[in-house]
Formats: sequence, C-alpha cells, structure tokens
Amino acid sequence: MQPTSHAFKDNAARALHDEKLQRALLNVPTGFVQKRARARDRLPEFDALREEGVAIKKHALAHLDLYLEAYERKVHESGGHVHWAPTAEDARRIIIDLCKDRGARLVTKGKSMVSEEIGLNDALQAAGITPVETDLGEYIIQLRGETPSHIIAPAVHLTRDQVEADFRRVHTTLPPDRMISEAPELVAEARAMLRQKYFEADIGITGANFLVAETGSSVIVTNEGNGDLTQSLPKVHIVVTSIEKIVPTLEDVSTILRLLARSATGQEFSSYTTFSTGPRRAEDPDGPEEYHVVLLDNGRSALLGTVFEDMLRCIRCGACLNHCPVYQAVGGHAYGWVYSGPMGAVLTPSLVGVEEAGPLPNASTFCGRCEEVCPMRIPLPKMMRHWREREYERHLTPLSYRKGLNLWAWAATRPNIYRRLASVAARALRLLAGRRGGFRRLPLASGWTRYRDFPAPEGKTFHELWKERRRHG
Amino acid sequence: MVARPPHVGLFVTCLIDLFRPSVGFAAVKLLEWSGCEVDAPAAQTCCGQPAYNSGDRADTRAIARQVIELFAPYDYVVVPSGSCAGMLHKHYPSLFAAGTAERQAAEALAEKSWELVSFLTHVMGVEAVPSAFEGRVTYHDSCSGLRELGIHREPRQLLQTVRGLELVEMRDSEVCCGFGGTFCVKYPDISNDMVEKKAANIEATRADLLLAGDLGCLMNMAGKLKRRGAPIAVRHVAEVLAQELSAPAIGEKPSSAKEPAT
Repeated sequence: MQPTSHAFKDNAARALHDEKLQRALLNVPTGFVQKRARARDRLPEFDALREEGVAIKKHALAHLDLYLEAYERKVHESGGHVHWAPTAEDARRIIIDLCKDRGARLVTKGKSMVSEEIGLNDALQAAGITPVETDLGEYIIQLRGETPSHIIAPAVHLTRDQVEADFRRVHTTLPPDRMISEAPELVAEARAMLRQKYFEADIGITGANFLVAETGSSVIVTNEGNGDLTQSLPKVHIVVTSIEKIVPTLEDVSTILRLLARSATGQEFSSYTTFSTGPRRAEDPDGPEEYHVVLLDNGRSALLGTVFEDMLRCIRCGACLNHCPVYQAVGGHAYGWVYSGPMGAVLTPSLVGVEEAGPLPNASTFCGRCEEVCPMRIPLPKMMRHWREREYERHLTPLSYRKGLNLWAWAATRPNIYRRLASVAARALRLLAGRRGGFRRLPLASGWTRYRDFPAPEGKTFHELWKERRRHG
Repeated sequence: MVARPPHVGLFVTCLIDLFRPSVGFAAVKLLEWSGCEVDAPAAQTCCGQPAYNSGDRADTRAIARQVIELFAPYDYVVVPSGSCAGMLHKHYPSLFAAGTAERQAAEALAEKSWELVSFLTHVMGVEAVPSAFEGRVTYHDSCSGLRELGIHREPRQLLQTVRGLELVEMRDSEVCCGFGGTFCVKYPDISNDMVEKKAANIEATRADLLLAGDLGCLMNMAGKLKRRGAPIAVRHVAEVLAQELSAPAIGEKPSSAKEPAT
C-alpha cells in the first residue's frame, strides 16, 4: 500500500466533509470508549495487570533475539517452519512462493494488519491467487476495494446502510425482502457466503496477536470464529506476523490477553482465543498438514535501543484510536497508511519514514488520552514529540514556522526586549479591537478566526500592571 | 520560632501576561489569602512550550535554563495553568542529561512547581474560599492539568465552597477542546471540529459560566461559544475562586464607558 500520509491535511479536510463518515464515527465514543470504561471499572486489578503486561513486553523486547530463536526451535520441534522476512517485499515473496509451490488458487484470510502492511492481497492477486477475507469487517472493505480504517474494526468508517447496500450489490442471490439491516443479520449473511470458501481454500492465512517462545505457538483472538475456520480447514496454514509479537511463556500471554479485549472492545475476553502449535499431529482429528510462520521485521529491529523502542510493546488493541479526538474527527483513512490514530502517528514514521509521514505526529494536541488508556502504557505523546524533533533536526519543519519559533525564542530569552514587545502587542491588539471584546477576523490568525472569535487582550500586560501596583503600593 | 510564610514565585504564563492579567491578580489574591508571600519576577517570559512541542530542543533548553535560574530563590513556583505547570514539573528535567548539574537544578525546580489550584489545596491546605458567585457553572478539565498533573477533584472541591455557585458537569468534560497550542493553527479544521463538539456539550448544561484552568483552552472555547452566539460567559477558575470579576469575561466587550488605559 502506497502511503498518502504526507497528504494528511487534505485527507482530513475531505473526511470532515464526508457526512456518512461523520455519522459512522459517532459510534466510536459511544461504543468503544464507554465499553472500555465499564470493563476497566469491573476489574479492580486492571492497573496492576497493566504493570505486569508492560514488564512482560519490556523483558521480551530486551531479549528479543533469544526469545525469537527459542520460538523458532519450538516451531521446528512441532513440525512447523519459520521464515524470516527482513522487508515487506521478502514477506510477500515468501508467501507467494509457498502458495505457488502448492498450486494454490484460493486463499482464505483471517484479519491481519501485517498482511495489510505488506500489501499481501494485491500481491496475491497479481500472482493469480484469489484472497478472500473472512473477518466481517475485512470482508466488507474487500467488497468495496478499501483498506481498514481501524486496527480492530476495519469497517468502522461505514454506516450499516452502506454495508447493506454493498451486500445487496454483490450478493445477487439475496432476496430483496430479506432484512439485513441489523449487525447479526449482516454477520449471518457474510457467514453464509463465506462457508463454502473455507472448504474450497487451498491455504489459510492468519495474523498472530502473540507468539509464545515457550511452546512455539501463535495466538489469534477473534469474535467471529472465522480465524479458526481459516486456519484449520485448508491443508496449509500460513501465519504472517511481526517479530515484536513474541512473549516468553503461556502464563505471559494469559496476562496480556486479559488486558487486550478489555482495552479493545470492553469484553472480558474475546469470543475466540486460539493457540496454534505446528501442523496437525497423527492423532489430531483436524488441522492443517503444513504450518508456516512468516516473521516480518520491516524496520522494527531498528527501533530497538532507540527512543521509539517502547512502541514495540503495542498489542494492537485500538484503545488509543478509540479515545483520540483527532481520530474521532477524521477517521483512520486520513492517516494515509495501514496504522492510524496515535499508535499510527508513531509507528508510521518509523516504518515508512518521517519524510513521508511527518504530518501524523503533528496531528495531536498532546491531550494524553491515548497514553492514559494504553494497556501497555506506551508514552505516545512523548514519542510524537520525538518525531517532531527529528523533523526539526532534519529541517523538514516549514521554514517560516522554524523562523517564527527561533524569533520567539530569541525574544523569550531577552526579558527586557520581550517585556517591551509584549506591551506593544497587548496595546495594539486592544486598540485594534476597539469597543469589541474580540476579533471576528484577524489577518495573521485566519485559521483561528475562520471558526471562532479571537478574544482581545485587556490592554496592559500583567507585568506592567504589577509594576504599577508595586509603585503605588 | 515563628514560621515564615512560604515565598511563592508566581509564574505568569505568556497568555495571561499578554491577554488576561486579571487571572494573574486573581492568583496573587488566592495565594495571599492562603498565607503566601507572592512575587512575580519581571524577568520571566514564557515556559518554552511552543518550541518544545515543535521539536526545537535547543531553544527550549535556553528558555528552560532562564526559568530555572530565575525561580531558584523561591520556596515554590505556582502557575495558574496546568499546561505550563506540567511543562516545569514534568518536562524540564527530561531536557537535560541525567547526572548533570543542570538536570539537578531542573529537578529541584520541578519538585517545587505547582499548578495554582492544586497548590492551594495540597500545599496550603485550603478547603474553602470566602467568595460568592450567583449562577450555574460548568468546569472543563484541560488535558495537561488533568493527565500530566492529575488535577480533577481540586477545582471542583473549591468551587463547591463558593456561595451561590451551582456546579453542573458537562458531558465528556475530560475530552480535549481542540486548542493544543500550535495544533489549532496547524490543523484549524480538525481543531474546529473538536471545539464544536465541546461547545455543544457546554451549551447542553445550560450553564451561565464556563470555567477551566488554562487560558489557551479558555480562549478557544470562548471564541467558539461567541461565534455560535451562545450566551455563556467564560472565565479562568481563579477569577471566580478569588471573586476577581471586574474584568469582562473572556472575549466580552469592556463594560466601562471609557476605553481601557492605553
């Protein structure tokens, strides 16, 4: 997927004028935010659990190489294969080769953001292989030729009416009088269409929420059970995931799983949590004959030991997106790449470059709600600020803006000059405002006055008045 | 031995200095009521947030050094703004390398830096103010004060003691108003969307007066309420707590017949 993060401002403007999108986005605060708050309140030890989760991930990242090697050994022992993919290109090639070698024509897919990151569906199609998304949200956006706008709710940018219209357009056998306006009916309709695909598929591809070094298992969580069918019915199961998903033990996974669903959807646990360890064994009633794991790096190991290392703790729960007022205003597509919201504003520059994604870390008021709700306590505002520092150092910040800052700082470090300038400014603005309390238009602040009045100053600065009061006792 | 009153250096934020001195004087009044001796050193300018949040570390450090030195002699530094107090308290130390004398000085300053209302309640033990205000009031939790400094209960606790004041909570009082310093200039459209939602929540309370602890957020919300034609006055929380209401509300016409002194 080609990033359009550089065009965030235009993307955002379009999003703000998209009435259907705005209607769909109203579900974010009323759904996710409230449900998480209730789930959190129901679990008194939630914050203690967060500390445990953070410690587990920190430890795993500090010894990432050791745990990945241990994981690989365990996968081999259970009869599976691990493929190391330094780049997105490598990951695509490995998967396409696996598919081609097995003569695969149809591939079912569970939801995977890493597969979005490497642009897998386009690559499969180009190789003559048909991918079918089986997660309801992913299925909907695949019908529409779109990308996910949220890491856990890929179709959150759509209203139910839009989804119904898409289903009626594509599912030509659907009787016009059958109601499909409610969510369960939409799920049932997608399920019916997908049922046959699971059996027809040559290969099932899923992502992984976690990898367990102790056992060589990959773990997925879903609410529709589609992941289970995707990975257990075809002959081959390919897991495409990234290196930072590793945790040391099963005990560790169960700790973090308790945080994941609560933070994401406000559930105690997701409906399905599935552990896969290698292909089917002789005594297993079902399961794939082959089990492959494609482990993507794609710039992640370069973050180790840097100020961005903490970002690798992210468990992709989406809480930061849900609680971000900027995300709530513009939705995920405006961010112009796979990952959106605060986590995307940090991760995207790491993966595609700050030159491309510079607007994203700037699109924050630093309100800090993302960090507050992050189960992994990732200091997202701090890391966005680090990206802004990189931009500033590399002179990517607009020149006029830089000059303005330097001038401000120059004056701010010369108190006498600053005092005089402040007095003149306060007085001039007061005079300009005349008898009015504020400005409806102000030449250098048009971005502000387009939408709101600009309150006028009182006329004298605090320090002038303070001096006067002192003098007159 | 008679305990001497705490010597407080008032950090007058650049917005208060320039736009709304009355907030500074309200802060002085509250601090003196509580038993502090207050000074506002004239050589202060700004806390450096615009540079800091724009990634300009060198300029931020230069400004921080100046603030650290200027306020070193005081027992406490008190700031009538959660965001600037957060800058001094939370961010200054991170500007300097661990183990250096500069870092030590920054930590010493951070240690004694407080946001005004939390200073009054936590340090000075103020439980009530001798003020009065007739009307329905709603309070917006500005992000930095709320999330960097954990201020939530303190302003409400003191407001409850203002005679005649009825406090009503707005929906999503803890959601950002869209100001965000340079954010409102860089992304005016998104900022507007956020302050529109905020204004709707404020209007729904049918309050007469909106209060908050940060002038940036207050100017943003006042400007939006005015543009929407909402008849809701906007003030800094310190003005009501100190009953310093002589200045017209933020963005309102000067009430006296004569022009303000120029």
